[in-house]
Amino acid sequence: MQREQMEFDVVIVGAGPAGLSTACRLMQQANEAGKELSICVVEKGAEVGAHILSGAIIEPRALNELFPNWEELGAPLSVPVTEDQIYFLRDSEKSIKVSNIMTPKSMHNHGNYIASVGNLCRWLAEQAENLGVEIFPGFAADRIVYGEDGRVAGISTGDMGLDSEGKPKANYMAGMDLLAKYTIFSEGCRGHLGKELIAKFDLDDGVDPQHYGLGIKELWEIPNELHQPGLVLHGTGWPLSDSASTGGFFLYHTDNNQIVVGLITDLNYSNPHVSPYDEFQRMKHHPLISKYLSGGKRISYGARAIAKGGLNSLPKMTMPGALLLGCDAGTLNFSKIKGTHTAMKSGILAADVLFPELISQGNGGLDLVQYKEVFKQSWLHDELFKSRNFGAALHKYGTLVGGALNVIEQNIVSFPFTLHDTAPDYACLKPADECKSINYPKPDGLLSFDKPSSVFLSNTYHEEDQPCHLKLKDGDVPLSNNLPVFNEPAQRYCPAGVYEVLDDGNGAKRFQINSQNCVHCKTCDIKDPAQNITWTVPEGAGGPSYPNM
Amino acid sequence: MKVLVAVKRVVDASVQVRVKADKTAVDLANVKMSMNPFCEIAVEEAIRLKESGIAEEVIVVSAGEDACQEQLRAGLALGADRAIHIQSDAELQPLAVAKLLHKVVDQENIGLVILGKQSIDGDNNQTGQMLAALAGMPQGTFASNVVIENGEAVVTREVDGGLQQIGLKLPAVVTTDLRLNEPRYASLPNIMKAKRKPVAQITAEELGVDVAPRLSTLEVNDPPARASGKRVGSVVELIDALKVEGVL
Amino acid sequence: MSILVIAEHDNNQLKSATANTVAAAQKLSALMGSSVDLAVLGQDCQSVVTQASSVEGIDNVLVADSAAVAHQLPENLAPFLADLVQQKAITHVLFCSTAQGKNVAPRVAALLDVAQISEVTDIIDEATFIRPTYAGNALAKVKTSDPIKVLTIRSTAFDGVDMTSGAASVVALSDVKDQELSRFITESVVESDRPELTSARVVISGGRGMQNGENFSLLESVADKIGAAVGASRAAVDAGYVSNDMQVGQTGKIVAPDLYIAVGISGAIQHLAGMKESKVIVAINNDEEAPIFNVADLSLHADLFEALPELEKTL
Repeated sequence: MQREQMEFDVVIVGAGPAGLSTACRLMQQANEAGKELSICVVEKGAEVGAHILSGAIIEPRALNELFPNWEELGAPLSVPVTEDQIYFLRDSEKSIKVSNIMTPKSMHNHGNYIASVGNLCRWLAEQAENLGVEIFPGFAADRIVYGEDGRVAGISTGDMGLDSEGKPKANYMAGMDLLAKYTIFSEGCRGHLGKELIAKFDLDDGVDPQHYGLGIKELWEIPNELHQPGLVLHGTGWPLSDSASTGGFFLYHTDNNQIVVGLITDLNYSNPHVSPYDEFQRMKHHPLISKYLSGGKRISYGARAIAKGGLNSLPKMTMPGALLLGCDAGTLNFSKIKGTHTAMKSGILAADVLFPELISQGNGGLDLVQYKEVFKQSWLHDELFKSRNFGAALHKYGTLVGGALNVIEQNIVSFPFTLHDTAPDYACLKPADECKSINYPKPDGLLSFDKPSSVFLSNTYHEEDQPCHLKLKDGDVPLSNNLPVFNEPAQRYCPAGVYEVLDDGNGAKRFQINSQNCVHCKTCDIKDPAQNITWTVPEGAGGPSYPNM
Repeated sequence: MKVLVAVKRVVDASVQVRVKADKTAVDLANVKMSMNPFCEIAVEEAIRLKESGIAEEVIVVSAGEDACQEQLRAGLALGADRAIHIQSDAELQPLAVAKLLHKVVDQENIGLVILGKQSIDGDNNQTGQMLAALAGMPQGTFASNVVIENGEAVVTREVDGGLQQIGLKLPAVVTTDLRLNEPRYASLPNIMKAKRKPVAQITAEELGVDVAPRLSTLEVNDPPARASGKRVGSVVELIDALKVEGVL
Repeated sequence: MSILVIAEHDNNQLKSATANTVAAAQKLSALMGSSVDLAVLGQDCQSVVTQASSVEGIDNVLVADSAAVAHQLPENLAPFLADLVQQKAITHVLFCSTAQGKNVAPRVAALLDVAQISEVTDIIDEATFIRPTYAGNALAKVKTSDPIKVLTIRSTAFDGVDMTSGAASVVALSDVKDQELSRFITESVVESDRPELTSARVVISGGRGMQNGENFSLLESVADKIGAAVGASRAAVDAGYVSNDMQVGQTGKIVAPDLYIAVGISGAIQHLAGMKESKVIVAINNDEEAPIFNVADLSLHADLFEALPELEKTL
């Protein structure tokens, strides 16, 4: 069937920091040069910011470049970091405060801001629209459209109004092909189209596998007397150390008596009994954390995978007719645990490379390999290069030794070598019976909660009668392989309770996918040991609706 | 016949609202706002009347701060012909909205007004009835079917325990219930076109309506949590307890 | 100062919601020291008048027996009531929060140029009321500055008064004029073996504990005995046991029956969001720690496959 088509100069997939920065920078240049550009941004969330979840402490470097007058324009960076504390949690009770000279420079946050990246994106979208960019929330880029010559020619938005069998309902609306000279893929970590592009164009040829973490975050309103706006806590150790897993927590005091607290679990953990969700829930009972949360009220919950492989895992970011930007490629600087400024910078650089191409009257569709050089000359590359060993050192040598190497490398002397971490996260799981089982405490309903109550606070909603967007390549694998060997880890790594193994009452088991719960974190696509789960986009506007996350 | 549809900007139905710590209101900072679901149904019904040749023009109207233009554009994207924004930064209560709409109804010589039966924020379920009273029009509330024939609107209403069918002389006011229709999606090209359509703006003062609120909200609280009750040991005990409660 | 309650009836039977609204009126009356009258507007509604005069605590039953209000058309009712309120210097007009009450009350209020206050769940003083907003997720305390208060009363929030012990005088009112704006065509009670979920007085719902769709017949047998609607939790719908339209919860139907029986439902918050306004909640579950027991008024820790047949037999 011939679908309806629209043509643009640039189509951008995903209204996050990378995509919106590309859009803004392109329009700024076009307006300056008196040229007309048509730029279309599609966003699967019901509104810009709805699917954005990040810590976050924001380094304003890229924002300064994009909008030097951002303060005047009302950018929502209102809480400067005033105090940085780093802890090593020894067990469920004890912690050690790590002195500043013992921590890598990248962990220092002076001059940075505590902010909601969701709100930053809402603001960036306003700027983009004022500049003339067309933004369409609620429209999911479902497929990539390729030209006859194999180049990326655009994307196709998903059909709306299909029932669970894939048949049109009364309100069916076919998706459209949005064609462009160049298409920007900025879907965030593990974008489902980005994944396809990396495979199709061999973009990851010669680089290390990407590595991921799962960030789970909550927003709390706490009593005024416990609130210290600008105070920032980071740390590592317990509870992940119990299962020899790695990761780290964050706790930021933002404004309005609110704090954000979260745990990032590195997804290369080997013990299939690990449940990142439950690790986070029990972590909140540590006295260092609970002293801020007791008496408070949890007001929001969400989860999102992050790509943290850094420069070593960074794929080629260009291909004929398209660029892969931000966390979709993996530009996050894990040593800083910050990806917003780097994603934005990757977008600004893309705009700088794209603009001359767009006004050159060509038909587009080229592989803009010059991006690589521009990237290499930028502070983005410089920053990622300096911290290229950070993640690998932690993966290889653990938190203590790896951490010490990072202090030495970043604060004292740069190593002349690069550490590599070549085992993909999904391949790190050991059989369940070889690993220590973990008894997570029951949630107390005050500091810790069950998964359904958490998903409730993510405002997640999907139209009920639609095809399941979580596809199994082989429907038998969960019960035939994952269950006996790994006790089906999807039941535990999913932070939204999407996957369950159920008894059907007659002694048989059933693998249940509650796709309506999905918060779009992408962990299943990353961690399934058989790589059997493919995350695809549900009907546009479905998913979480995060305010202030 | 001109059809007027009133639409309201409300917190999105998917958002779990939370009472602010200071108990003055619910916290709506940065939450997603949408067109009230019952208003979407109203827009859809009007568009269908236009498609069937009964309505010549569909006008969407909203009253409130500038942000509600977003919902007017959504109405335009769904197929409304034009939009009117009644600008007011005051807290608009149903009686004030009804008075504002009454002015527009008079100015525009409207044949049929369609509104949602209630908004999912205030849950008042009043504006349509009040507008009908002020304009001296008949009302078909909680409509699950609307047929225009022989100068009359035949409205099927969802009433307690069944359906009621009434005939209304035109012009009339209809308020929508959930089962009236299933709203369509706005297509991307239509959203794009809607961004470029003009939205007429007029203020409450220009319409000569006193919109001062009649109700003041003294306090907003969380609903009381349900406490766990009694354990019963058997089915018989359960039935006895239910009889005592008077619910069996 | 006086209080007028508008009776809910079908020309034959006074509806029980009226007793709840009268209870709210009496709470007001105790605060204000004023009388409570009950208005019966209908046609050939003598039996309703008789019942109304027996409602506890009513001073006068005001009766308008007119063809124009045979079907409670608001176009005819509202101007008549607005006149009545002004003539009799009534300060508080109370309707039931039913389809009927919600249809007429705002029309009366607008004619009187006063605000209307919907779904009142508590009365603080003569001008201050509690009402739910945001689908019951926030309770607002509102105070009106209007001289006349037009309220709709949520019946589940007030225990109904006795409907047999009163001895009110009956006062006939003038005829109601037909405004000739609207006409009644037909009315049909929805013919269904079971009541609709959202309007049923009793709802019995099954969850994942039902184990499969066939077992829902156990619920249906109980439902048929007590005239209940059958619902389901999202878990049961997701597992494919029953269809989507039976789902009670945040993304399904929101119900507030007098009695809600949750069978094999763990009580995830999404489900509670759809039924927590129910008057009495019963939970039957074999999991001692199921969160549903934290909100249930009556908890039965039992195997549902034993409890349901026993329930059906005993009811």
